Amino acid sequence: MEDVVLMKGNEAVGEAAIRAGCRFFFGYPITPQNEIPEYMSRRLPEVGGVYIQAESEVAAINMVYGAAAAGALAMTSSSSPGISLKQEGISYLVGSELPAFIVNMIRGGPGLGTIQPAQSDYFQAVKGGGHGDYRLLVYGPASIQELVDLTVLALDRANHYRNPALVLGDGILGQMMEPVRFPPMRDLGTLPEKPWATTGRRGGPKRLINSLYLQAEKCEEHNRRLQAKYREMQRTEKRWDCLWVENAELVVVAYGTTARICRTALEPLRAEGEAVGLFRPITLWPFPDDPLADLLKTGRVRAVLVVEMSAGQMVEDVRLVAGDRVPIRFYGRTGGAVPSPEEIREQVRELVRELR
Amino acid sequence: MANRHEVIFAGFGGQGVMSMGQLLAYAAMLEGRQVTWMPSYGPEQRGGTANCTVVIASEPIGSPVVGKPSAVVAMNRPSLDRFEEAVIPSGLLVINSTLVGRQPRRQDLRVLSVPATGVAQELGNDRVANMVALGAFLAATAAVRPESVLESLKKALPPHRHNLIPLNREALYRGVELAKAELEGARA
Repeated sequence: MEDVVLMKGNEAVGEAAIRAGCRFFFGYPITPQNEIPEYMSRRLPEVGGVYIQAESEVAAINMVYGAAAAGALAMTSSSSPGISLKQEGISYLVGSELPAFIVNMIRGGPGLGTIQPAQSDYFQAVKGGGHGDYRLLVYGPASIQELVDLTVLALDRANHYRNPALVLGDGILGQMMEPVRFPPMRDLGTLPEKPWATTGRRGGPKRLINSLYLQAEKCEEHNRRLQAKYREMQRTEKRWDCLWVENAELVVVAYGTTARICRTALEPLRAEGEAVGLFRPITLWPFPDDPLADLLKTGRVRAVLVVEMSAGQMVEDVRLVAGDRVPIRFYGRTGGAVPSPEEIREQVRELVRELR
Repeated sequence: MANRHEVIFAGFGGQGVMSMGQLLAYAAMLEGRQVTWMPSYGPEQRGGTANCTVVIASEPIGSPVVGKPSAVVAMNRPSLDRFEEAVIPSGLLVINSTLVGRQPRRQDLRVLSVPATGVAQELGNDRVANMVALGAFLAATAAVRPESVLESLKKALPPHRHNLIPLNREALYRGVELAKAELEGARA
């Protein structure tokens, strides 16, 4: 047990990023993710890294852009209102094909909202937020260990695709402590070469990092290249988890913290012999549509209940998959309210009764 | 489910309710259990109420947020007022009797009244009231061994604070003994 530590999600995500090779953090404080910059401000200097508390979220994301253009693996984090401010910078990162790692520990919105947990930034994360035709790799961890594992993966994939990756957590995931194991510190020499980085041409060809393509033909060509990357991500990056779905007639679909609460809601129902299961998307983009479709295609599933801490966002992606194959029910809490296992269980019971 | 624990520690800021929960969580981890620790993080203020939730189980833990705890440790009156109704039937209520100043209304709970703050003051530092209450909680539940809590304390405290360990040990075991005496009294 020596290598297991008890850690807050906000601190664990910072340590995981450092283990994966991140040495640059730029941020601006906001609850409920302040332990991320706090941890990085203490930890990064220990490993020869750079921590800067920027004057604003806009400055922070543009510092990420600058560092990434120079070949660094850079990170920023915030919570909902701060992530809204970063959207222009995120679009520019994508347009310039720069890797970056971004964390959003969501709080209730819209506007300043509340500091309590929510999942109401799903649309912003998976369908844009910034301008232009682009996608982010979006991960929705449900435990501190998964947060660590997905952070390491996200940094790796961001580098691989030269595209920002985002971890979508919430106030609970940030504030909660769980036992966690970290991978060993990555030798920075094993990070991929970046011959495109603007570190001086050294007699070679000119290097330019830019998202400006004034000629429509050139800009469309650029967009085609981006879309090819997104098709590749859709082929290879989908992740999901299933629990008790083998004989399930009713499937609950939920991600992140809400999926854990759903698990607690379903446990007693399973013990009572109800055929209920849980499908948990781990990548929110690319959404694990094929595996969900395969599950619904068996004909055994008679209804789906989507549970979110939002007014209904991921449910739209579930509806796209399900079509009119099975009825989709939605249950959500908003504005920082967290659904209890009991109230979710009651929703499931009601649906089970309707199916009889 | 006997070795599953869903505990809320509550009190006012400065009483060490977050540390109490963290030490329990750390000890559970050292004993190889599944565990989650979740703080309340509302718009808190100095002197306001604070609470944290610890879940300990043998199987993977779903919700880290608990609406119906198996035990509540109430370090002050507002905490008892807020959480008494939430405890499951036959659940455990540990009350810091020095500060709470009332008996619980419910008759269906196991109640441990421990003068945690009073004992801590006797020991010369009322900041270890949390350890007295934690000791009482452990005596009633055997959720983890007191030794594991002390082991956690060694890891949680920086070396220059290790001089505080004997005082904390004393407070923890005073809580254990007080609770044992009260539990045996109730049985007799």
